[in-house]
Amino acid sequence: MGASFAPFLEVERISKRFPGVKALSEVSLRVGAGESIAVIGENGAGKSTLMKILAGIQSPDSGTIRVGGQPVEIRGVNDALRLGIALIHQELNLCDNLSVGANIYLGREPKKLGWIDQAEVNALSRKYLDQVGLQVDPRTLLADLSIGQQQLVEIAKALSCDAKLLIMDEPTSSLSSREVERLFEVIQSLRAAGVSIVYISHRLSEVHRVCDRVVALRDGQNSGELAREEISHDNMVRLMVGRDLDQFYAHQPMPPGELVLDVKSVRTHANPGEEISFQLRAGEIVGLAGLVGAGRTELLETLFGIHPPEGGTIEVAGKPATIRSPRDAIAQEIFLVPEDRKQQGLVLPMDVGQNTSLPGLHRLSYFSWVDPRKEQQLADDMVRRMRVKTPSTRQIIQYLSGGNQQKVVIAKWLAMNPKILLLDEPTRGIDVGAKHEIYELMEELARKGVAILFVSSEMEEILGMADRVLVMHEGARSGELSRDQLSEEAVMHLATGQQLTVVE
Amino acid sequence: MLKNIVLLLLIFAIFGVTALIAPTFAKPYNLDIMARWTGLYGIMAIGAAFVIIAGGIDLSMGSMVALVGVQFGILINDQQMNPYLAMVIVLVGAMLIGLGYGLLITKLKLQPFVVTLCGLLVLRSVARYLAHDDKISNFVHPDGGIDINYLTASHLLGIPLPLWMLVILGVLSALVLNKTTFGRYLKALGNNEQAARYSGINTDWITIAAYMVCSLMAGISAILFAIDLNSVGPNEAGSFYELYAIAAAVLGGCSLRGGTGSILGVILGTAILRELYQAIETLQVSELEGTVIGIVILAGVIADEIIRRVVDARRRKQEAGPASG
Repeated sequence: MGASFAPFLEVERISKRFPGVKALSEVSLRVGAGESIAVIGENGAGKSTLMKILAGIQSPDSGTIRVGGQPVEIRGVNDALRLGIALIHQELNLCDNLSVGANIYLGREPKKLGWIDQAEVNALSRKYLDQVGLQVDPRTLLADLSIGQQQLVEIAKALSCDAKLLIMDEPTSSLSSREVERLFEVIQSLRAAGVSIVYISHRLSEVHRVCDRVVALRDGQNSGELAREEISHDNMVRLMVGRDLDQFYAHQPMPPGELVLDVKSVRTHANPGEEISFQLRAGEIVGLAGLVGAGRTELLETLFGIHPPEGGTIEVAGKPATIRSPRDAIAQEIFLVPEDRKQQGLVLPMDVGQNTSLPGLHRLSYFSWVDPRKEQQLADDMVRRMRVKTPSTRQIIQYLSGGNQQKVVIAKWLAMNPKILLLDEPTRGIDVGAKHEIYELMEELARKGVAILFVSSEMEEILGMADRVLVMHEGARSGELSRDQLSEEAVMHLATGQQLTVVE
Repeated sequence: MLKNIVLLLLIFAIFGVTALIAPTFAKPYNLDIMARWTGLYGIMAIGAAFVIIAGGIDLSMGSMVALVGVQFGILINDQQMNPYLAMVIVLVGAMLIGLGYGLLITKLKLQPFVVTLCGLLVLRSVARYLAHDDKISNFVHPDGGIDINYLTASHLLGIPLPLWMLVILGVLSALVLNKTTFGRYLKALGNNEQAARYSGINTDWITIAAYMVCSLMAGISAILFAIDLNSVGPNEAGSFYELYAIAAAVLGGCSLRGGTGSILGVILGTAILRELYQAIETLQVSELEGTVIGIVILAGVIADEIIRRVVDARRRKQEAGPASG
């Protein structure tokens, strides 16, 4: 397996722990000179932590890294670059307002008598741009290039640092198919020049095209490898998910009630080319699965009026609803628990009580004068009901743990009697105990007839909590699974854009 | 609260020190001027506080003082209008300008700094045009008109009326800020516009309202300045007042990042600035005015930042304690 490559990078048994989570547990990885490998895994499997460690953004708790056979310590991005390891981020780290050449030599400008040697910048840049096959003048403003071209600039920049290993994190996520072809050609020529590639992508078909070997991670551990000839979609999915599913929460399905939400051919601002339709019934818990960037958050945000729909109709309880702002959605009793609780869910310097009452404050006031007793009562009720662990309702919310903050975000809406509750990654970054309480709450709300649509990247959550699952792939609805069709493999197949082979 | 006590102590300290060096500083005449002008400037500073708490800024308040003063003078002199009716008209005009700022900032998503910077230029120049670039006098006894001099000149319980007005407007503003949904939404919006919007708050309208309140306050103080000075020079009137108002708000605890601020603090901040100004005049070193005021504000902000860090560090240590145990 890949034995023909002399080893360039050897990672041995590195571990990394974050508060409350073991992100990596004795993970090993070997990359030969000029070899191209793919690192695959579900969201949260530890891919990005591993890449950040290699690029010097984070440091491992234990384990060894060898480059060219020599043990090394990578303490920062500069260390990594000196060793020839460069990370090409999913979101490019370039300055729009500077020229291509200035970007390539940012922070390392060749100088003459203290002044930037512009001729030298351009000449050197030209050389690396040629290497990635980009025919633009180094003096061009970066903003004038397409995203695909900008990405090649980033690669040229890495080469100018004498990079011997390029880590590419979802490099094709925002490229057109022509640009993807172009990128693949560049990757091939780099490999021919002896540059190693670590390729991270959710698009398994690409992995098949550009990689010599596949390394799979699952729950922060190595879960297997595939040699060139073994690489297939099914094999990759099996390595990514094939574990015993811990039944740590089992939802009790109930007969669904009447239709409360009918989404017909809705097009979101993020994926205006795709029409999405689905229905939601009272008392139903529906999971929305898909990979990062599949358009799940954007769909919830459209239903909540953050971005008005580009087309299609939304009917709530049989009546057409115009939802162009969160206020419209709230008037229809559609509430969103957003993905980013600190940015979107909470006003951090305000206290627990003030955050809880924020969306329904007008109901606690007479002629816009807030009744402090009613507000206090609501806060007390909610803290008790949600079991928020806080010294008092006057505690500034910033100082609570993630789980307790999330409970407050949910409490904001409970007081308003939701009809439809949209939850975006409701248990991200919170501990197991609080997770359980949130599942119980979802269960309780469903029993009371609330329709719940939740986005989750955690497979257990999707499989454990959902009555049925909608799966999205690249902005489109790729399928729907009823509870008896549910399996990790089925969800992953749909999430990676494969057709489901129906086994009767 | 601690900050307001410190500000109050500072007011006494400045007073004591200056009075020791120059005993005339403690004369009733001097105190009266300080009290009256604290009232006039304080009303503006409250207006500034509203937009600052909402996360915005209004650089045009000084020009607004000139424009409203000129319009008021023209209405009661040339048009022989009843001064109270004239006040209502010019204040409505001021609020419409605030509405315009608010619409540009929320609907066209322009930056408040740019919008109100243009306002600063435009309003001042319109004032000069309307006044034919000439001083307008005769606010106090327009020919055959109603006497409105008492608004700034008279006293109640020995305290000048403008200071009473500041107290009344201050209490009202503090109530609005702390007891109403509008006040709560304003703070939420200033802190985290996105979270406010995701909570269903009409953030556009709250922002617009903040700019209208600010323009109204600038308008009220413009009328009082005109009456007090009995003249409005369209070129000088209100010059740099927006900066005094912002400085007072910052000294009183408003963060330019939005979300925080107390009305009492803003009033105390204004009082300190007026007191310093007066002290500098009394000590006859008026060329040092900018130096002293600038350094005091800077010292205030630095002290604030240091206290914040100490409190933060202490809290972090407290939290780390039980977790590691």
